[in-house]
Amino acid sequence: MSLVDVTDLTVEFGPLRAVAGLSFRLERGAALALVGESGSGKSTVANALLGLHRDTGARVGGSVQAAGTDVQRASDAELRRLRGGKAAMVFQDPLSSLDPYYAIGDQIAEVYRVHARVSRRAARARAVEVLDRVGIPDARRRARSRPHEFSGGMRQRALIAMALACAPDLLIADEPTTALDVTVQAQILDLLHTLRAETGMGLLLVTHDVGVAAESVDEVLVMRHGEAVEHGPVGTVLGTPAQEYTRELLAAVPRVDEERGDPARPDAALADVDVARVDVARAGAVRGEAADAEAPDGAAPGAVGSGAGVPGAVVPGGVSGPGTPGVGSSGLGPSGGGSGVAAEVVLEAAGLSRVFGRGKRALLAVDDVSLTVRRGETLGVVGESGSGKTTLGRMLVGLLPPTAGEIRYAGRPHTGVDPAVQMVFQDPVASLNPRRSVGESIADPLRARGRDEEHIRGRVRDLLERVGLEGAHYDRYPHEFSGGQRQRVGIARALAAEPRVIVCDEPVSALDVTTQAQVVALLGELQRELGLALVFVAHDLAVVRRVSDRVAVMRQGRVVESGPADEVYDSPQDPYTKQLLAAVPALDPETAARRRAARREPATA
Amino acid sequence: MSEASTVSRTAGTDTTVPAVSGARQFWRRLRTQRAALVAAVVVALLVLVALAAPLLTAVEGQDPTTYHPSLVDSARGGVPIGRFGGISGDHWLGVEPQTGRDLFARLVHGARVSLGVALTATLVQILIGVVVGVAAALGNRWVDQLLSRATDIIVAMPLMIMALALLAIVPSAFPRPVLVTLVIGLIAWGSIAKIVRAQTLTLKGLDHVAAARLSGWGPWHVARRELLPGLAAPVITYAALLVPMNISVEAALSFLGVGVKPPTPSWGQMLTSADVWYQAAPQYLLLPAGALFVTVLALTVLGDGVRTALDPRAASRLGVGTGRGRAGGPGRGTGRSNGARDSGGRGPAGGAAQKEDTA
Amino acid sequence: MSGFGGFVLRRAVGTVVTLLAISVIVYVVFYATPGNVAQITCGPRCSPEQVQQVAQQLRLDDPLYVRYGHFLQGLVAGQDYSTGTSVEHCPAPCLGLSYQTGQQVLDIILAKLPVSLSLVLGAMVMWLVLGVGTGVLSVWRRGRISERLLTAVTLAGTATPVFVIGLVLMIVVCGELQLLPFPQYVALTDDPEQWAWNLLLPWLSLALIEAAAFARLTRAAMLETLAEDHIRTFRAYGVGERSVVGRHALRGALAPVIALNANNVGSAVGGAVLTETLFGLPGIGEELVHAVNVVDLPVVVGMVLVIGFFVVIANAVADVLYAVADRRVVLA
Repeated sequence: MSLVDVTDLTVEFGPLRAVAGLSFRLERGAALALVGESGSGKSTVANALLGLHRDTGARVGGSVQAAGTDVQRASDAELRRLRGGKAAMVFQDPLSSLDPYYAIGDQIAEVYRVHARVSRRAARARAVEVLDRVGIPDARRRARSRPHEFSGGMRQRALIAMALACAPDLLIADEPTTALDVTVQAQILDLLHTLRAETGMGLLLVTHDVGVAAESVDEVLVMRHGEAVEHGPVGTVLGTPAQEYTRELLAAVPRVDEERGDPARPDAALADVDVARVDVARAGAVRGEAADAEAPDGAAPGAVGSGAGVPGAVVPGGVSGPGTPGVGSSGLGPSGGGSGVAAEVVLEAAGLSRVFGRGKRALLAVDDVSLTVRRGETLGVVGESGSGKTTLGRMLVGLLPPTAGEIRYAGRPHTGVDPAVQMVFQDPVASLNPRRSVGESIADPLRARGRDEEHIRGRVRDLLERVGLEGAHYDRYPHEFSGGQRQRVGIARALAAEPRVIVCDEPVSALDVTTQAQVVALLGELQRELGLALVFVAHDLAVVRRVSDRVAVMRQGRVVESGPADEVYDSPQDPYTKQLLAAVPALDPETAARRRAARREPATA
Repeated sequence: MSEASTVSRTAGTDTTVPAVSGARQFWRRLRTQRAALVAAVVVALLVLVALAAPLLTAVEGQDPTTYHPSLVDSARGGVPIGRFGGISGDHWLGVEPQTGRDLFARLVHGARVSLGVALTATLVQILIGVVVGVAAALGNRWVDQLLSRATDIIVAMPLMIMALALLAIVPSAFPRPVLVTLVIGLIAWGSIAKIVRAQTLTLKGLDHVAAARLSGWGPWHVARRELLPGLAAPVITYAALLVPMNISVEAALSFLGVGVKPPTPSWGQMLTSADVWYQAAPQYLLLPAGALFVTVLALTVLGDGVRTALDPRAASRLGVGTGRGRAGGPGRGTGRSNGARDSGGRGPAGGAAQKEDTA
Repeated sequence: MSGFGGFVLRRAVGTVVTLLAISVIVYVVFYATPGNVAQITCGPRCSPEQVQQVAQQLRLDDPLYVRYGHFLQGLVAGQDYSTGTSVEHCPAPCLGLSYQTGQQVLDIILAKLPVSLSLVLGAMVMWLVLGVGTGVLSVWRRGRISERLLTAVTLAGTATPVFVIGLVLMIVVCGELQLLPFPQYVALTDDPEQWAWNLLLPWLSLALIEAAAFARLTRAAMLETLAEDHIRTFRAYGVGERSVVGRHALRGALAPVIALNANNVGSAVGGAVLTETLFGLPGIGEELVHAVNVVDLPVVVGMVLVIGFFVVIANAVADVLYAVADRRVVLA
């Protein structure tokens, strides 16, 4: 009998049909990934396997067999035996998935005692055993810690330990690494792999990230709108997808090993320009290498400028041709126009530092960072959580005063905010005032300048259309838009101020991958048309590569490596950059296996 | 379970701001709650009675302060003459023991005092609380320290005790209802200041406020446009709690003989000696006690309804209000604290920035 | 742990500062009121000579801060009062002498303290047990008729002022049904059984409204916890409803309950004043109402300070307990 056998599963929440007639099987010891974007119903399926929809008002149809239990017909007691005992679930957010008030060891012991008739003492010993098993150092002592005393990765390990406690036949992992940094994600995926090899348990992985699936499973089931789109061995589905949607999805996934360029760009004519630019940029990169090596810590802005200037110098030649006239010069004041070899520097930072808190608790979030951004180029800033990249972004736009260092806009020292330097925010919900229509939000910078009403309305309509919305959307409220549309509104608002620089703080991390690709493409188009300089702050190495001319890799407040994007990605010099790149999941299962082996080497060495 | 909350590494679909996009939505949500509607009608009636008190007593042909010695039996200590405490066509609800003042007139005029004092005191509390809270949240570290300390001290002062003592020393020439209003308003603004400060700090950290700053508007404009509207929901919610509380406090002070004093009628003060007369004139106890109970209950239920209407998500989670809109079971509402979690978990800047705010 | 020790220390310093600030405010408010302080202090029936004497005693010629200094000095080191013929020593902490009886204010307060403490502490136990119990029960029975009933009862409870419920209880239980005698305070040390029987009604009157508030809060906090992700984890691991509600959801309600208890100490003290007055219990509250009515200013000021002291200390203790219940606040 199969480990999991789902036949014609439907799940309805009131009028909403989350899963519509899904069937699949999972054999003992095998691994299957449910892959889909938000709203595809993949998590709903995972919950149905444990009967978690019972008594919630959801209507579940079809049949579900999991680890030998008929979930639909099982009594409450049988269901409880299944849950955790024969099939265990690992959730997305390890912090909120553990009770903040009890020690981690006690929580694991409690779960263990539900399924095994053992003494408290024996259950505690089992908890320490599984914590040790998932690689938590000094497990006996750490078992007494509460969740908030653990790091994110450690918490996820603890959750996996809880799942292991009763030695289940099936592990269901619902976005197990989504809340984690990429290096930690790699560790957790490796851990899952090892555990599976050792215990022979089956794995059902739910993820939005095709790369994570490629790393971890044998079979992939692509879901959309509650239905299966494509199902097959991972190599086949990801390598030679048969369905249109799968192809679109894969095309939208940014790849860390692919040079700059937007595959989703609609305009074919622009593609040529871009290829040319990339080539030239590469050539320039080689020349700029020597100067760039000293860029990160270079206190003298001159040195930074010369290092950074090389790819920047190339960009205007390739780009300003098609886009700049009209909009660009009207929006950008006296210095517009991309003639000349080195584009003017629009934003500079020298020796920026920022300290939060005082005394013993002081935290150095950004430590002596210098950078230069030129007209028409994109600087990618990439780093994991805690790297200080968001703090840096906020200082660049003047929302946060630096503790030390100087920011120069167009060569002049500047403090505080300035309409010429705008920001696109991460959270498309929080960045729009829910009480004001989107038109009013976009009109803000125009009103601040005292433009007349007619001009404002017209301009806002133009902007809405420019970012791919409709002029008639002026009077709508943010909650009427999807995440991607809201992010477009945010971009329109930034454009309304006629900025020369836009700092994008994780602008696409809240979006689905296809929406991500569209928003990234829009930013690229706008940049070419308007000659904007972009600072693109993100944790996702692949997205950053897709958009950036140059990148700066941040760690613990410092820039550890910077230079032309292709150079940094193709031949990273800093060990941390290498580690980061090695941790990015590969789309090709074979590459993934190779990388995993490579990751294991330094660990065992 | 919503998929939206599972994919995001992110921001989810949720912020701490109640998603009120208009008064219309508020009314629509309030209308769906039967208990709150009934309570609203009761409160409206009470307000109407209070406003129309002189009219009502004129219809009856009485006033609240005239003594009717002929209607009480002075030989038996002032028990009202006649059955049921002296109920008659002239005195619809009977008369007060000892003095013979008309009970109906005193009851409806008592509504005036009760509601008037409670509502005005609430306004004073909100005014002070909002000013102090916003100033603490937006001011520099020293302003914040100073105001927060002051708020802590105010919160630590027991309202009843302070009011009791304060009311003792003010000369009796000062109009009592105004005095009670001021004393309650000036002592009990601490909690609202704390709530406003916390909410303002939350709002201040939201991206749309940052975006407005980047638009080139000055800090005052940003505060007025982006911050203050966000305070409306929590302030109204808390005010709805304060009104019944203030009614109880006024009644208690008057009951103890230091609040509103005779001849001005007040429900609490009517109860002062009611226990002595309950056998001869039970309505002398039951009427003011019932009036207090109904008023406080109606205001409390209405307050719950307002809260539910302003923040349906929180209210359904908490199960306040009608008891119908409970959280739907496990799995529902999982996206709730995504916003908060995100700023804490992702990026040091979010967490650090918050730290700075609260430091 | 050093973080926690530091937190307790900071909280202790804050408490002392708050106490000092309260003493300043109370002193200034009462002794710097417009009008003739000596006349107010002495009362309306005083002769001009008496008023003169009081003015002298109050050192009204000195500036206010000097007088406050004397007051503080009395608190810390004690003070001597000349009562015309003899000199009476008032040992630290000296809160002054009553103008009505000439007794030391602290002695008056200490004599009444056992009554008030009996009342408030007993009622607190009652409202915590009743309130949290009702809250847990209504969560356990959620979705059934009994839950709706409990919700309605607690709602009615929150709407009944202390003195209304006290009045009704006294009239019904002691007057009509004669189940209990009208309460008379009996010291715990004299006869514990009589002590409890006599305080039963006052406890109930004071506790019911607070219990209703706690029931609502417990219920709300538990429902909120039940909607959290970690509850889903335990359900997904087959943990039974009894443990989910009784262990995890209740634990989540602990910190809010402690916080509310601290918040409500102030209002409970106010309720105690009402209860004592209503039942004629000879506690601090009743004495305060008396002192207010006869305008015995030193007694009023002393009592306000002593009560404020207790409330502030209770708040500080609750803060520390809260931090123990929810260690994360120390880090924030």
